[in-house]
Amino acid sequence: MSEGRIVKISGPLVVADGMRDVNLYDVVQVGPQKLIGEIIEMRGDQASVQVYEETAGLGPGSVVVTTGAQLSVELAPGLIETMFDGIQRPLKAMMDVAGTNITRGIEVTPLNHEKKWDFVPVAKVGDKVEAGDILGTVQETPVVLHKIMVPHRVSGTIEKIEAGSFTIIEPIVTIKGDDGESHTYPMLQKWPVRIGRPYKQKLAPGVPMITGQRVIDTLFPLPKGGTAAVPGPFGSGKTVIQHQLAKWSDVDIVVYVGCGERGNEMTDVLLEFPELADPRTGESLMKRTIMIANTSDMPVAAREASIYTGITIGEYFRDMGYHVAIMADSTSRWAEALREMSGRLEEMPGEEGYPAYLTSRLAQFYERAGSVICKGQEGRKASLTAIGAVSPPGGDISEPVSQATLRIVKVFWGLDSSLAYARHFPAISWLNSYSLYIETISRWMNENVDENWRRYRDITMELLQKESELEEIVRLVGVDALSASERLVLESARSIREDYLQQNSFDENDYYTSLKKQTSLLKLVIQYYEHGSEALQRGADMNKLFSLPVRERIARAKYTPDADLSTGFAAIAKELEESINALVEKEAE
Amino acid sequence: MIREYRTIDEVAGPLVLVRQVEGVTNGELGEIELANGDIRQCKVLEIDGSNVLVQLYESAAGINVAQSKVRFLGKGAELAVSLDMLGRVFDGMGSPMDGGPAILAEKHLDINGAPINPVARDYPAEFIQTGVSAIDGLNTLVRGQKLPIFSGSGLPHAELAAQIARQSKVLGGEANFAVVFAAVGITFEEADFFISDFKKTGAIDRTVLFINLADDPAVERISTPRMALTAAEFLAFEKDMHVLVIITDITNYAEALREVSAARKEVPGRRGYPGYLYTDLATMYERAGRKIGSEGSITMIPILTMPEDDKTHPIPDLTGYITEGQVILSRELHRKGLTPPIDVLPSLSRLKDKGIGKGKTREDHADTMNQLFAAYSRGKDTKELMVILGEAALTDVDKLYARFSDEFEKRYVSQGYETNRTIEETLDIGWDLLKILPRGELKRVRSQHLDKYYPDEHK
Repeated sequence: MSEGRIVKISGPLVVADGMRDVNLYDVVQVGPQKLIGEIIEMRGDQASVQVYEETAGLGPGSVVVTTGAQLSVELAPGLIETMFDGIQRPLKAMMDVAGTNITRGIEVTPLNHEKKWDFVPVAKVGDKVEAGDILGTVQETPVVLHKIMVPHRVSGTIEKIEAGSFTIIEPIVTIKGDDGESHTYPMLQKWPVRIGRPYKQKLAPGVPMITGQRVIDTLFPLPKGGTAAVPGPFGSGKTVIQHQLAKWSDVDIVVYVGCGERGNEMTDVLLEFPELADPRTGESLMKRTIMIANTSDMPVAAREASIYTGITIGEYFRDMGYHVAIMADSTSRWAEALREMSGRLEEMPGEEGYPAYLTSRLAQFYERAGSVICKGQEGRKASLTAIGAVSPPGGDISEPVSQATLRIVKVFWGLDSSLAYARHFPAISWLNSYSLYIETISRWMNENVDENWRRYRDITMELLQKESELEEIVRLVGVDALSASERLVLESARSIREDYLQQNSFDENDYYTSLKKQTSLLKLVIQYYEHGSEALQRGADMNKLFSLPVRERIARAKYTPDADLSTGFAAIAKELEESINALVEKEAE
Repeated sequence: MIREYRTIDEVAGPLVLVRQVEGVTNGELGEIELANGDIRQCKVLEIDGSNVLVQLYESAAGINVAQSKVRFLGKGAELAVSLDMLGRVFDGMGSPMDGGPAILAEKHLDINGAPINPVARDYPAEFIQTGVSAIDGLNTLVRGQKLPIFSGSGLPHAELAAQIARQSKVLGGEANFAVVFAAVGITFEEADFFISDFKKTGAIDRTVLFINLADDPAVERISTPRMALTAAEFLAFEKDMHVLVIITDITNYAEALREVSAARKEVPGRRGYPGYLYTDLATMYERAGRKIGSEGSITMIPILTMPEDDKTHPIPDLTGYITEGQVILSRELHRKGLTPPIDVLPSLSRLKDKGIGKGKTREDHADTMNQLFAAYSRGKDTKELMVILGEAALTDVDKLYARFSDEFEKRYVSQGYETNRTIEETLDIGWDLLKILPRGELKRVRSQHLDKYYPDEHK
């Protein structure tokens, strides 16, 4: 192993000489404390190392030893329900070793190497297998069946495979390779985080990821395998949206990356998720969740690694044939970590001090998402959906990180602070958000949910758009200048905003809305508009129409529990029709 | 054996370059001895071979390239802590300045602390009653939260902070309570205001003060808040006390940081502040919280003055991204004579939801809070419209909203710095105000709460 000596220390950057035979991106141990670092630049025999831990106390002359391997994650049973730091050290185990604060040089394995798992073989002796084929399974949690796959670049014939209780480092299978040599393999695989895991083929995403959030599912839907960005100023509810998506999205596995954000937010996930039941399986949401926490007070270099660690774990579960979603909160903090290292390396800065390669790095991250056919003979279909929060300074999205992100992602949920101030949550602005998947998803929704889905959505968007135009007029000349039908547009748009789009993430009947409830509720709101327009034409009184008592029932319809859905909504629809008819008849008399 | 170096090569602002140094480590504390025997503290910032760049904590005046001597102490910056710190006044570097004896240390702690493992955090969920309606009712503070006050020059943030320090209590229990106060580059008068307020209420006996005044060296400001937080951590996590930390003014801190960064010729981020300002602020703010296995807590109220009242300025902006909400003071409301002039709409407490409701405050708290926000926001929009179009252009309901927003400011927000309201009083005032509006408008409130607090007269 190559051993170098420190010559320079500047914040998280250490330069060592005598490093001629190390490789770029190798992981090294720095100093007597054995701090973990990664080689990010080499000049002659000097290597620049970004150190993932605090560098106070290091001095020149201390040794730097390479491990000869790139920064990698351990992939095996034991990932689910665990919270890791940015370089996959398990935080719970670190607390057991070192106490409540994170000190340096703690040595723990990412996964528990002693715990035994029940391995059930799927493949048999004599089977011909290739990389990505399923060898067997481990029931990791009640909802996650962890599939053990043939490692990358391995193929051949199975010579020995046994059921039983194994640790992740014990051999479970012997494969005779095509070259005639036999090798044994454990359940544990390692994968370098900066390299995407391979798949057979990428597909165009088409099936929506149902989130139970009305503004997202109805107006700006995201398919499984798609990419989305949520930019917004502080206090606009980015993190709440990310948490809601992590909770309710209809995917099999969720990877939640807290990248340079608040410690309490991660604690919140840890405390809240076990309490919540997944609407699809009835099991605790924690049983499908993996967390990466590199909070803002933890070393900045590990923050840079954290999103790669997260997405690599996501890809691993995708390769098993699962639908996976990764939430990264926030990519701006990741970009800042990149900027800090770039500054220390004295690179020529691009816009606002960010390195020139910011855009390509971001693109590389988001491109690892997608809907794919996995490796292996089975041809499993799976997806990895990536949702990144962006924290633009001052809420102004003209800055480099937001702009670079927008060029890549296809769904944009723009958060608006004026909505947040009025406590309209989720504060996703309907005027500037978009989803480029709307055509494909409409087709799916029309076929699978309601044949009128697309029509309702278009009316909704139209009313909201008209409202903003009419409000301009109202602001200039007052509401009296509007015609009755225009007033109805304003009233209906208000109803869409308040009775439909607004969603209380803390109310147990409102935090998740099934697609069926979404369409029924939207239908009520649209019906009020459509019947109302008709009634106005037939001479109904405008003010009476606006103050119909049934409107309060519509406003409260979103709190209807799913069990009372069909009866409750039908009753409201009936009352709506009757009361509007009554208005028209009164006029006719 | 401590070696002394006479190899100072450059002195530029707060930075000193020392050559031919051996055996120092990054972050190590040092002392520079002047020809007249004065000692200046410094720390190692960067090591390049045998060249060491140190950052002064004190003024560079009087340092002489030829005669000054540098010693490295073999340890990082530490603070001597013990329970005797309560009731004492320290300078920005942690030395007693009240004429009293030095602290007999129970421990020496690294002033930079260490990040709290997220797994070891305990989620803040205990309601703190500050007696200020705009905070208790709408932007509820909980134990272990970091809730900054965003203010502007000439706004009464000091009065509000002192009121919170004076009135804060947790319902149903008198606990072991302490205040740690860090004055960072503020004027003598402002510091004196706090000290005399603490004295008047007797709180001074359970207060630790760290004072760096406007005429003290700017670079010292980088360590002052860290000293205060180290003392707070000791009291909270080792002595199980509930500590309220008030740091004023963060803007001065960030400017000191900018000064050092500029001297190092680093690539600046926005407005000349270093790119790592976010991370640097986070390492302070994130020290607030609660930990599993410890009774104590650190609740932090940093105060910052927004340059030009601009919330998008890097200091308030980055602070808002790290802290768990913010209380914003408004110049407009201050001119209107509201005390405290809290602008509730852009203010926010992110942790409120876990601290309110049945068993904590009252079951109707969350709904009325949302309703008050929504109604006030609509009322303000309506009033804007009224300015352009006149009152006649408003619908009857809109007129009610306009009246609501006036009454809300007058009765709910503007309570004075001496009034201490219980949470019930705050909630009841809220209901009184909501009754200005027709029942059907209160869509954010669930029917069961409406039936109890705003019975339908037609039924």
